[in-house]
Amino acid sequence: MGKTPIIEFDNFSFKYFAQSRPTLRNINLRIYPGEKILIVGPSGSGKSTMGNCLNGLIPFSYNGEIEGSLTINGTVAKDAGIFELSKIIGTVMQDSDAQFVGLSVAEDIAFSMENDCVPQENMISRVNDVAGLVGVQKLLRQSPHELSGGQKQRTSLAGILVDDVEILLFDEPLANLDPETGKYAIELIDRIHHEKRIGDDDSDADNKRKTTIIIEHRIEDVLHREVDRIILIDEGRIVADLNAHEMLSSGHLLEHGLREPLYITALKYAGVNITAGMKPGYFSTTDFSDVKNHVLHWYESVPVKTHAESENEVLRISNLDFEYFRGQPVLRNINMSVKEGEMLSIVGTNGAGKSTLAKLICRFENHSPETVYFNGKDVFDQSISERASFVGYVMQNPNQMITQTQIYDEIASGLRLRKVPSNEIEARVDRVLDICGLSRFKKWPISALSYGQKKRVTIASILILDPRVLILDEPTAGQDYRHYTDIMQFLERINSLGVTIIMITHDMHLMLEYTRRSVVVHDGMIVRDTDSSEVLTEPEIISMASLKETSLFHLANEVGIENPKNFVDRFLDYEAGLKNESI
Amino acid sequence: MNLFNYSYEDTFVHRLSGLSKLLCFMALTGVVMYIYDIRIFLIILIFSFSVMKAARIRIRDLKIIFIYVGTFFIINAVLSFIFAPNFGPETYGSYTLWFPIVGKYNMTYEQAFYQISKIFKYSSVVPLGVIFLFTTDPSEFASSLNAVFVPYKISYAVSLTLRHFPDIQKEYSDISKAQQARGLDISRKTSFWHRFKNAAATMIPLIFSSLDRIDVITNAMHLRGFSKHKTRTWYSRRKLKKEDFIALSVSFGITAAAIYTAVFINHGRFYNPFSPG
Repeated sequence: MGKTPIIEFDNFSFKYFAQSRPTLRNINLRIYPGEKILIVGPSGSGKSTMGNCLNGLIPFSYNGEIEGSLTINGTVAKDAGIFELSKIIGTVMQDSDAQFVGLSVAEDIAFSMENDCVPQENMISRVNDVAGLVGVQKLLRQSPHELSGGQKQRTSLAGILVDDVEILLFDEPLANLDPETGKYAIELIDRIHHEKRIGDDDSDADNKRKTTIIIEHRIEDVLHREVDRIILIDEGRIVADLNAHEMLSSGHLLEHGLREPLYITALKYAGVNITAGMKPGYFSTTDFSDVKNHVLHWYESVPVKTHAESENEVLRISNLDFEYFRGQPVLRNINMSVKEGEMLSIVGTNGAGKSTLAKLICRFENHSPETVYFNGKDVFDQSISERASFVGYVMQNPNQMITQTQIYDEIASGLRLRKVPSNEIEARVDRVLDICGLSRFKKWPISALSYGQKKRVTIASILILDPRVLILDEPTAGQDYRHYTDIMQFLERINSLGVTIIMITHDMHLMLEYTRRSVVVHDGMIVRDTDSSEVLTEPEIISMASLKETSLFHLANEVGIENPKNFVDRFLDYEAGLKNESI
Repeated sequence: MNLFNYSYEDTFVHRLSGLSKLLCFMALTGVVMYIYDIRIFLIILIFSFSVMKAARIRIRDLKIIFIYVGTFFIINAVLSFIFAPNFGPETYGSYTLWFPIVGKYNMTYEQAFYQISKIFKYSSVVPLGVIFLFTTDPSEFASSLNAVFVPYKISYAVSLTLRHFPDIQKEYSDISKAQQARGLDISRKTSFWHRFKNAAATMIPLIFSSLDRIDVITNAMHLRGFSKHKTRTWYSRRKLKKEDFIALSVSFGITAAAIYTAVFINHGRFYNPFSPG
């Protein structure tokens, strides 16, 4: 392209004042007007820092040493300041819930204009235009917090489109979305990328595309639509800058701790040598014609396994109903049975009732007698803390659980509160530290730990009570592949010690790869309770639970396998086999 | 369940602009604070309860508030009697024994009247606050504060606090339940000191997660130009309409009448039924 770049990093480095080493090192990158760029990298790679340099939060909110230069639309970023940059580059941050400032959708969209002192009449017409563009014009009077995940995304996008910015920056737009909403979000971003500006009727549409930058580690989900380039960052450096086909055939992603799309993994298992010529960047462009036989052959070669199941029922829910307010049932007629040593997922949309179900099991909310049974015994009259010795609940964010400053104290806390003698406490803490791989941190303060290690500490602080069942709320939310694998393998180890594990999740990979069974909750009822591989290959359930078909399902169809579920099952068995070998 | 329970209903009171509700609230509360006349308190009390009825605010939604306020009244009444049993007689300039209690503590008609007036004084203010909080759209709340010369950054901070209050309440409840599961007892079975310590332990995670929340929202606001200029405009500000002027005239009418009573009839802040004249 002979054009001038709209964004230019020139030998750019950045070091936070609080850190000893630079987060970004010698970045050289040019982004041209109208390009759509995906920036990927594991946690801590510096990809979000790059986003913050672009939108001006660095140095406005987070200061540090900048070397080299960053030029955006002809102005030097560090001299421009956050307010000037916000007119050129609009940012949609992750967690749209936390960033809504307006009480109504309309007011939230108008926020930036209010700060620019735009007169009220002009705001009203502009808000109507932009709302029409993203399709929220009927929701203007509603509160943003009452919207569905997809509508929230639209609203936050509208809030930056009012400024008619040149560049759109999405910082982990998929982080808090369920798979189906994530898919729509990617489609919406793609549509806006192609859209002409409002009020701009020039015909030359191609030149008017908005430059779009997406920072994400859920690569397969972003590649639902095309991107021009993928930039891979690790340890503060650009490792690769390739188009999607080249990137996915390169193997760089796995090397740097990122997950490849599942169909790519399956092709690799089948022994296919993936080349850029196959156009493997997107499922829809991949040329499967030469590899069909490979895949079929592999499919038939994987032995079918049967999975033994324990007969001991550790938890039973029977005819459970629940409502917070009279006449507004949250859960209706829930019946489920969990066998000892199982590892299962509870899935469903936000507000379907999954978390409420978990809370009822732990007695965080009150329920009627003869509905919850532990080991066959009605536990109606047990209090929260009595139940905790049988079933432990781990909240999503470890910071919501940690109350002590020292790791030892945090883990010991549950026993101290139960007045266990201190010599016994030490022995039990040592054992749990060992199980959780935290022994060498015994005397450490919690503040020195990473997010994943804190997660382990919270799990350890629950395990110390020796529960038979562990319920985890979104155990891997926001984690990249490496950390995700870390946490899940840790949970598998706990599971192998005989602890039954129930996870509330949106993550389809987690469901598929780690829990054979999934319970789908929809609108307060259990609508399906079966193999995860079946849930993820059944279109009706998929749409009910806001999930998305796995690309393995499409791959099975593509190569002509009649029963996609069998294909998925064998893929999982094969993968489990590989994991066992490596251990 | 929730202290700041705004929900839209189509009533006269809800339709009023936030600014006029704030002005009415300030005028009436101000005058109630200044004067000490049980007759006026009664009139304002009746007035505010009828406005509450008009706004379809149900008394049973206010149970918690009434419990808090009631407890406060009782404690306040007991303490003010213990510390100043003769404040009434001193204020009204006469001493009429009603019944003796113990030692130097005697109940006088003056003291009883003073304390009963005080209860009515506070009771007439509470419904006014309730009306304002329950019928004002929180976003209009910020623009109204700004209209009475509160800097917009402060107005916004107040309104965001109100907005996020329900989320924080919910989070507190989750965190507290998770801690109780680990064995933390905040029920009445343990001593006060223990309960206090345990509740404080629950606060730590809440504070950290609230700080995270604040970080995210301030970044989001700055990225959209908040605090760029000295002033800002408001999308949701409503122009004052006929109804607003009616409400303002009624409230300021009551205020003026109350001040008139104080200055020309009572000749002072206190209404004194005990004075010989």
